[in-house]
Amino acid sequence: MSLTPQEITHIARLARLKTNPEEAESYATQLSRIMDLIDQLNSIDTENIEPMSHPQDAALRLRDDEVTKLNLREEFQAIAPECENGLYLVPKVID
Amino acid sequence: MQWEIVIGLEVHVQLQTKSKIFSGASTSYGASPNTQACDVSIALPGVLPVMNREAAFLAVKFGLGIDAEINQRSIFARKNYFYPDLPKGYQISQFELPVVGKGKLEIKTSKGCKTIGITRAHLEEDAGKSLHEDFHGMTGIDLNRAGTPLLEIVSEPDMRSAEEAVAYLKQLHMLVRYLGISDGNMQEGSFRCDANVSVRPAGQKELGTRAELKNINSFRFVERAIGIEVERQIEVIEDGGDVVQETRLYDSDLDETRSMRSKEEAHDYRYFPDPDLPTMVLDDSFIESVRASLPELPHLRQTRFVSEFSLNDSDAEKLVHDRDAADYFEAVCNSSAADTKIVANWMNGELNSALNTAGLSIKDSPVNSDRFAELLDRITDNTISGKIAKEVFSLLWDSNKSVDEIIEEKGLKQITDSSAIESIVDQVLAENYDQVAQYKDGNQKVFGFFVGQVMKLSQGKANPKQVNELLRNKLD
Amino acid sequence: MHKKTLREHHQSLKAKDYSSVELTTYFLDRIKNSEDLNAFITVTEDRALMQADQADRTIGSGKMDLLTGIPLAHKDLFCTKDVLTTCGSRILDNFISPYDATAVNKLDAKGMVTLGKTNMDEFAMGSSNETSHFGIVRNPWDKGRVPGGSSGGSAAAVAARLAPVASATDTGGSIRQPAAFCGLTGIKPSYGRVSRYGMIAFASSLDQGGVLGTTAEDCALVLEAMTGFDENDSTSLNLEVPDYGASLRKPLTGRKIGLPKEFFGEGIDGDISASIEEAIRVYERLGATTVEVDLPNSEVGIPCYYVLAPAEASSNLSRFDGVRYGHRAALYEDLNDMYETSRAEGFGAEVKRRIMIGAYVLSSGYYDAYYIKAQKLRRMISNDFSAAFEKCDFILGPTTPATAFGIGEKDDDPVSMYLNDIFTNSANLAGLPAMSLPSGFDSNGLPVGLHLIGKYLDESTILNAAHLYQQQTDWHQRIPGGYE
Repeated sequence: MSLTPQEITHIARLARLKTNPEEAESYATQLSRIMDLIDQLNSIDTENIEPMSHPQDAALRLRDDEVTKLNLREEFQAIAPECENGLYLVPKVID
Repeated sequence: MQWEIVIGLEVHVQLQTKSKIFSGASTSYGASPNTQACDVSIALPGVLPVMNREAAFLAVKFGLGIDAEINQRSIFARKNYFYPDLPKGYQISQFELPVVGKGKLEIKTSKGCKTIGITRAHLEEDAGKSLHEDFHGMTGIDLNRAGTPLLEIVSEPDMRSAEEAVAYLKQLHMLVRYLGISDGNMQEGSFRCDANVSVRPAGQKELGTRAELKNINSFRFVERAIGIEVERQIEVIEDGGDVVQETRLYDSDLDETRSMRSKEEAHDYRYFPDPDLPTMVLDDSFIESVRASLPELPHLRQTRFVSEFSLNDSDAEKLVHDRDAADYFEAVCNSSAADTKIVANWMNGELNSALNTAGLSIKDSPVNSDRFAELLDRITDNTISGKIAKEVFSLLWDSNKSVDEIIEEKGLKQITDSSAIESIVDQVLAENYDQVAQYKDGNQKVFGFFVGQVMKLSQGKANPKQVNELLRNKLD
Repeated sequence: MHKKTLREHHQSLKAKDYSSVELTTYFLDRIKNSEDLNAFITVTEDRALMQADQADRTIGSGKMDLLTGIPLAHKDLFCTKDVLTTCGSRILDNFISPYDATAVNKLDAKGMVTLGKTNMDEFAMGSSNETSHFGIVRNPWDKGRVPGGSSGGSAAAVAARLAPVASATDTGGSIRQPAAFCGLTGIKPSYGRVSRYGMIAFASSLDQGGVLGTTAEDCALVLEAMTGFDENDSTSLNLEVPDYGASLRKPLTGRKIGLPKEFFGEGIDGDISASIEEAIRVYERLGATTVEVDLPNSEVGIPCYYVLAPAEASSNLSRFDGVRYGHRAALYEDLNDMYETSRAEGFGAEVKRRIMIGAYVLSSGYYDAYYIKAQKLRRMISNDFSAAFEKCDFILGPTTPATAFGIGEKDDDPVSMYLNDIFTNSANLAGLPAMSLPSGFDSNGLPVGLHLIGKYLDESTILNAAHLYQQQTDWHQRIPGGYE
């Protein structure tokens, strides 16, 4: 499976990674080699096999509905890039 | 050309839990920004989700309420996209295996009853809020709401008019409140609706291209937005154009729908099972414990009110619409000797208008069901008349006293002693000789005047029935 | 002091031969004198001395635990409250964690002393520690070579005896491969044993915390202290913590060792094969027998892993967006540009490659062909182990096909770097406990690692096997030149 620079640009945008055209070229080469390795998956027949998401097929543990978390806004926002009036600030969101 | 409208609705209901779906942060509304945004809510590196049992309980409760299949094994998946109010860069939702499968809801419109299919209902976490007031040209992010449990209820495209859509929403709104799974507060965003709307020539089998309408968060807006969108789509097609599949925002100020800024890239949410959350397995005993907690559903209660309390259909329907009102009604009927019809009339009349004026819900009524029952009992046992009862009611509203205390204090007890009434009647007849003469000449209308005078002299306390009887005896 | 085992330190602390402050100062000095290894990103001297002082008071009061007062280093992906926690990445180069990881908490509670935070491959993605934003780490056995990765800093620190023991994590071999490259003993327990809360996620269904030390017994003692149920982690096992120390000395008579023929095929360095053969003879002398087992799908372990791990990582790393913590670009045009620039500046090349691979295999049209396919293979690989364990008590083989390679040797070739995990990552896919221990040296004087894989939840058997091996051999006591 080989990836084109256009595909790289598309994936990079999905993943919010800025790339310029030269980087897209070089990632296309590298990722195509990785995909060649990955394509070895197809050497094995997996018919009738259940996909496995978790190392153990355990059941989800459920928590009691209790408020246990304290307000730690000051501590948390002390490490934030930009805050004001308790809000995290980001460049203007346009819908 | 005849057009058929096809509508499917997606409703997000905030579940009434104390803590968030995947963390122990509070879900209460209106707190100062980010004071309820715990480590999990702000997605610190290394933190992990832990599922709230109550959220699962409430989701199953909804499923049982719409007679749906419950998936005892359901899976949480990640929906990946970037947005500042989505701290992890993914929303934990359910994709392939939702907790609630196919169910149904019956609605009633001017054209009669109809069953609307519900495709599924799945658990997910809410996002935070973006505040667009100007922070030096920036947007403020409040993550208090991030992680609040939501149940997304997806209907089949079974509705054929805006009226049906509104009826479905109202029925659903009543149901979630009835079940106690959500407060349904639309202003606070506890009940939010998106509509998928398309049109097709009548008789055509395949569906037309749909637009998804966002931001329609009142029953009135739903009706308006759908109406406008349908007109727009018909116009586009009749002008020879094609409807584009897109998300449109309803603007209630301009009363129009408009395309949301076209995204640079098609959405590709890259759903996959969340590796932090194993399969949610709800065993039979869990399901049974939910079933045991189910209240009587509104349509069944309505039928019972008709048979048990001899109400007509319309009174029963009005009463069961609000679970608290129906509970109040039952409590009054069970502790009062008053006729159930009188209970219903008084609730729909005095109580309702007082609550509306005060802007209170029935749960917060200053006159609780016990005092209300006592009041109606005093009418029934002729202690006071219906008219005086209204006066007592308004006094009850503003005090903590009992009905009897108020009647006693204000001397409002009805006069039922016939000799006392008779002496007032005699006085009235003696003082109004002219009117007596008119009556004797055949003017029946004057009778009402005598009743009024007696009531006036008795300060409204004379038993009206006895007054009538005595007057007839004296005059005829 | 740096040659002692944890038990020996405990005895000395208890006997007041030296105090925890003295012991801590001793290791802090060794760290200072070995800065060229670049094993640490942060040295927490003040905190360490404070903890040591506290430990001395505990010891004085007679309430000491086996680990009280003993220093250790933490891999820099364990969150440590009020201490820089970088995960080896520029995107977290200013992240002072507001909380402690559960594993850190548990070790603190035992009275252990944190010397600092060790260097690592960025977000644990790498097998050489060359992807760290904070620079390469050098292998104490040969400073021109890599220490392995991703727990390269922890491995170099323990190998050079800058810390008696260190925490580490293993997603595809990140404890065992550096253990092999640096001549150490390292264990990755069964998935779910050590809480992942506060461990910055790489691939959630594969990540597992563990220990790098010099002996199996040291690993057993620290692992036992790190292990246990945590209500903050939905994948944490609610089981009693095993007494790993107690089962170390059980005789191996009658134990069956599975030798997967896939682990003894072509492509393995001759010195390594010889060393492993020799180890098998040691085990036979200890009374164990060997049996050949099959792991027929192990050849696709690598492709399977390189679908699943990047897929989970691509999603796990989305939270690093410059909004609430971490690096935000200084210059940007709008919101989207802020995201893209912050992330492009914050992540290194290998992390970006994996994020993109992950996004690609999950994207519409490829999900079934790659992600679901890999999950099915994961089950087949897991089933292979179950079948193999019908015939044996644990599995043995080499940890890596080659010994430590030169710095920069695999720079341009991510694929050949990935093949380092060939024997290790199947244990992660199946969630099994596994360890590496030193079994000799190659002709260049570089350590060779012996790999043991246990049944699910059965860390005790491999720790027991490793401990008895170390009673017969002294490979684990060898210290690199210049650090004796």
